Amino acid sequence: MPRVASTDQQGPMQLAFGVLREYGIIFAFLVVFVTLSLMTSAFFTTRNMLNVLDQSAQVGLVALGATVTIIGGGFDLSSGAIFAAAGATAALIARQGYPAAGLAAGMLVGLILGSINGGLISGLRINSFVATLATALVIRGFAFVLTGGLLIQIEDPGFAFLGRGRFLDAKIPVYFFFGFALFVWFLLSRTTFGRYVYAIGGNEEAARLSGVRTSLVRTTTFAISGLSAGIAGVIGASRIATGQANVGTAITLSAIAAVVIGGTSITGGEGAVWRTLFGVLLLQLISNGLNILNVPPFYQLIVQGSVILFAVALDALRHRSP
Amino acid sequence: MVQERGVEGPNAPQPHVEARGISKRFGGVQALIDINLTVEQGSIHGLVGENGAGKSTLGKIISGALRQDEGEFVVDGRPAHYTSPRDALAGGITMIQQEIALVPKLSVLENVFLGIESNRAGVVQNRDTRRRFEELITRSDFDLPADVPVSSLSVADQKKVEILKAVARNARLIVMDEPTAALPDDETAKLIEIVRGLREAGTTIVYVSHFLEEVLSVADTVTVLRNGELIRTSPAQDETPESLVTAMLGRSVSLAFPPKSFPAPDAPVVLSVKNVSRRGGIEDIAFDIRAGEIVGLAGLVGSGRSEVARTIFGADRRDTGVIEIDGQPVKIDSPGEAVGAGIALLPESRKDQGLLMKLVVGHNVSLPHLNTVSQGIVIQGRRELRETTELLEHLDVRPPQASIRVDSLSGGNQQKVLFAKWLFRRPRLLIADEPTHGVDVGAKRAIYNLITRLAEEGMGVLLISSELEEVLGLAHRVLVMRRGRIVAEFEDRPGDRSALSEDAVMRAAFATD
Repeated sequence: MPRVASTDQQGPMQLAFGVLREYGIIFAFLVVFVTLSLMTSAFFTTRNMLNVLDQSAQVGLVALGATVTIIGGGFDLSSGAIFAAAGATAALIARQGYPAAGLAAGMLVGLILGSINGGLISGLRINSFVATLATALVIRGFAFVLTGGLLIQIEDPGFAFLGRGRFLDAKIPVYFFFGFALFVWFLLSRTTFGRYVYAIGGNEEAARLSGVRTSLVRTTTFAISGLSAGIAGVIGASRIATGQANVGTAITLSAIAAVVIGGTSITGGEGAVWRTLFGVLLLQLISNGLNILNVPPFYQLIVQGSVILFAVALDALRHRSP
Repeated sequence: MVQERGVEGPNAPQPHVEARGISKRFGGVQALIDINLTVEQGSIHGLVGENGAGKSTLGKIISGALRQDEGEFVVDGRPAHYTSPRDALAGGITMIQQEIALVPKLSVLENVFLGIESNRAGVVQNRDTRRRFEELITRSDFDLPADVPVSSLSVADQKKVEILKAVARNARLIVMDEPTAALPDDETAKLIEIVRGLREAGTTIVYVSHFLEEVLSVADTVTVLRNGELIRTSPAQDETPESLVTAMLGRSVSLAFPPKSFPAPDAPVVLSVKNVSRRGGIEDIAFDIRAGEIVGLAGLVGSGRSEVARTIFGADRRDTGVIEIDGQPVKIDSPGEAVGAGIALLPESRKDQGLLMKLVVGHNVSLPHLNTVSQGIVIQGRRELRETTELLEHLDVRPPQASIRVDSLSGGNQQKVLFAKWLFRRPRLLIADEPTHGVDVGAKRAIYNLITRLAEEGMGVLLISSELEEVLGLAHRVLVMRRGRIVAEFEDRPGDRSALSEDAVMRAAFATD
């Protein structure tokens, strides 16, 4: 059956529709942005914009990690647990008088736990969705054991700097968010590793028969996801100067939602970092705007859910063959 | 058994389906233009044309899977407006797609009656469903077990299940899209018998196929499509493969194989396989391939041909044996190591194993040797684009653009991309498993030329094909496999065509121990 090979054969309507399907997230972002700017003067101010970025940083970091695993054809449901374990580890070490070492160790814990996830999934050839569902329980259990179920509060201001400090008006987490975005963008679009991630997500068997070391690539995607959750978790603990085991329960699904809203396909093999950035910011704009407009939080849930449904429907439309 | 189907007999042909002025567009592509066609009751009507000519589209419109933009259908003398396959089925029309569309984990019986199980208030009446199944088996004379999952059946048997499914739904017209594309020769012959049997029972068949001789042997009438237009409809006995090709392409193309050029007698051995076995698959495989030599691997499906290819390539683990490249034993435990040793494998299934359909053409081409256009882990994008584009131009891929998605190309061009992928860095040995599967005549010829040229340039080639003609037409030497072993070897010698014959190879492939 003939398929459209290039867009220049299409009429203007099809072209417009194609662009909308491909770049729908940008339109959605602009529509929300302009609407909120017009509705309230409190929205488009430097202070509120920096606020939105700061509030996006933690879920944004986790979403960047999720972008890598999802493009690679996997799912990491343990991000929230790693988030908590990393924050708890950081606080426990900071309590001994080493705040900087604690923050670094928290991130390292994320990387290690992610690598273990990846090793289990590749080594035992188990479905990543189920595997990380299980490891999430184990990891959070350990976090509870480590903290004894208590809040580990840290007085040292050095510990709180990562989450609350500023550099040139913007909070430190914003730099971590965009720095990590740059890192993931570079990996995915400029390196052999990134190409292999798209390959195993698109068709693992074909990638293997092309000589790609699929186990190693898959393991690395989960290590990156773990690292992103570790950084986010440390930032979270630093911000409230507390390590605890029961945080981050909603962050995994929010992050996956942001990835999907951005237009990265949940079936793997397709997607991009810029999509995730727009997805994260759109979700944050919506909740920020609804807050400014004093919409009750219950309605915010309804709006968020509807946005996700809409995004997934658009994705399905994009992948429907003619 | 086959009766002469004269015009004057008691059952003078009645039109079953008439297409009147059917047109269909997809985006900017005009898939069908003003098609007028009459399919006669109880006949086999062949539809031929290149990839993209509109055969499948027409089949889908007839069976309700697509709707035409213009024109109308008349079924049994009445205008029909089908809006879904279910609708068409109510009118007695169904289609069997090229790709198997069964639920793999359900049993044969469950698949056949899926959605039409005997039920009382929604509760499936197993005993009654089974009774209907047995009736169906008796009536169609198929030999199929009721209770095994269809995933455990051969492709040919799965096709039978699909036919049974159509018959169970009282289909009086079945559109078959490439029913034999995935079948080896012997299974093809059986399937064709079944199709003839359906006609004898009064079913009308629209038979879409790339295999022209097959169409001519089975069809009563043949329609040729080209670029969405109907070129002509004529009785099958008035056509020859050559006349069909000329009509399909709008020009004549030689169906013959390129002349064989034989490797020098002292050409070095590229690949040497010694005592390779894999439990449950292949046993004691040993052969050599010299530089410039094309070695064909023939045998029935399931005889172990693809397993040999996969084992040499490291895709399947071998239990014993040694593989040598250029006289040196090499360690090959994964495809990555095989690529490193200079072996390339064009796998059997382009879509599932060969190409990454979601990636662009260029990224597919460079994938196995991405490190050769990278510095460390950083890909040199411009260099990659230039080198892949050059190769696409060299192999005449249309369009030769590295930046478009590979699934926007036709089957033949996708197959050329698959070749490009493995020629991006020249291998010492090329293993081609079904290299012309699902491509049209023009592309087929181009692939034959390419394989011949690669061998002339000194590459060793191991060729696997279910089309025996292809193996005989290209290979210098043919190894025949049966039950996981190499059981015979035939060598073609310049100027002596006697050793390598279809008859001899088939006899070796079928012989019983």
